[in-house]
Amino acid sequence: MGKRDKLSGNEAVAIAMRQINPGVVAAFPITPSTEVPQYFASFVNDGLVDTEFIPVESEHSAMSASIAASAAGVRTMTATSSNGLSYMYEMLYIASMSRTPVILNCVNRTVSGPLNIHCDHGDSMGARDSGWIQVYSETNQEAYDNLIIGTKVAEDPSVMLPFMNCYDGFITSHSVENIELIDDSDVKKFVGEYEPAHALLKNTCAFGPFDSQLYYYEHKRHQAEGMKNAKAAIIKYSKEFEKITGRKYNLFEEYKLDDAEIALVIIGSSAGTAKFVANRLRDKGIKAGVLKIRAFRPFPFDEIGAVLKNLKAIAVMDKCTSLNDAGGPLFLEVRSALFDQPLHPHTVNYLYGLGGRDVKAGDLESVYMDLIKIIETGETGNVHRYLGLVE
Amino acid sequence: MAVDKEKWIVDPLTPWQETTPGGLIPTGGNAKYYITGGWRANHPVFDTEKCKDCRLCFPVCPDSSILIDKETNKMSGIDYEHCKGCGICANTCPFGALTMEEGGQP
Ligand code: SF4
Ligand code: SF4
Repeated sequence: MGKRDKLSGNEAVAIAMRQINPGVVAAFPITPSTEVPQYFASFVNDGLVDTEFIPVESEHSAMSASIAASAAGVRTMTATSSNGLSYMYEMLYIASMSRTPVILNCVNRTVSGPLNIHCDHGDSMGARDSGWIQVYSETNQEAYDNLIIGTKVAEDPSVMLPFMNCYDGFITSHSVENIELIDDSDVKKFVGEYEPAHALLKNTCAFGPFDSQLYYYEHKRHQAEGMKNAKAAIIKYSKEFEKITGRKYNLFEEYKLDDAEIALVIIGSSAGTAKFVANRLRDKGIKAGVLKIRAFRPFPFDEIGAVLKNLKAIAVMDKCTSLNDAGGPLFLEVRSALFDQPLHPHTVNYLYGLGGRDVKAGDLESVYMDLIKIIETGETGNVHRYLGLVE
Repeated sequence: MAVDKEKWIVDPLTPWQETTPGGLIPTGGNAKYYITGGWRANHPVFDTEKCKDCRLCFPVCPDSSILIDKETNKMSGIDYEHCKGCGICANTCPFGALTMEEGGQP
């Protein structure tokens, strides 16, 4: 039986790391992720873990050390945010291409500039094509749970890809919420030992050789298969996790979508606000729902299309701007997923919450109202919209 | 288009299903099967007469292509299958026993 507690997202994640007891943690501090290695360093100091903690001099080194440790054959974790992730960029691709299942807690913060330390998804969304699995959390509980599930997903022999555990900076990382912790022994049993087929300390092998034109393409295809397999692995380990905790997870969460006519597709902590608003509208007889993204990489392309096709109007909410005059990353993929479906609901894109701009229930309610207007008039209108922008 | 799983030689254009993840090489020492001698533009020539067996050439060769005779334990020549013709050995030899000559093949 688990233990009830009240914790910040960062502390909960650090506790999950203690329970998993990785071989190496290499990290460099950056707001708002700093607390994760900070709490963890105290666990190391108190002798609660066997981890080799490497206080590296930069994020580039944090990821380099993580890749090397993972290739050596041990479970490896780190944490970062914002420009820290940008500084890891070169190594992110090396980690995924080398098939080292490094775990990175990405505490979402916008990327400078202008300088801003608050939440949006610009950091991890920028790395969406780097070959990392990306899972996003709404709550502290999910950030904790997803780290434990993600460790198994990344290390599955059919996957072997690094895993980014994304949760909202400050909103999730620093707010204290009720949480249920799993017993240490149950976490240990769930994650088991990491036993890679090839590891530098286990057998003679070489990682990351030169890859000419005659090889590279096939290795990329091999990697793509790992990402494809990650979908089944997320479902598999989420089911196993449900058996020990009762908490149910899938590729995404369908909230009151069965009979919904309008819905928001949304990522992260704002999904909680969206559900609150959907409930309020349901009380007034409005058929509102929410699709909350959990796995963004791999993207549940067919599954999302199939679930959304029966709606009448959809607002895809992007907490990051692509600055491409075409729409945010979530919008472009969701709308593309709908193209193969027999029905095409009105689909519009809202940019919101940039640089930590507050998103209140009233803001999201206005989006639902816009969707109702679209249905009434039959006109999609402007596809690219700004929520909460002063103009 | 195949994989020799003993030596772990993956042929060029091997189907992705048979290749290794990330190009991982699951064995050690198989670089010797990769004949890099064909890359040479110029080749080193070894003059036994001038050699004082100081063996300065041995550690500087980036391709482990300075041969040492196991019996006599003396510098005995060049491994032309792997020497890439960089000329470092000829530059290092204090006795003019190694010189670079034009052309890839001796
Ligand atoms: S450096 Fe010259 S003299 Fe010395 S061992 Fe090599 S070839 Fe002989
Ligand atoms: S030319 Fe270069 S590669 Fe060839 S033997 Fe001399 S040092 Fe080695």
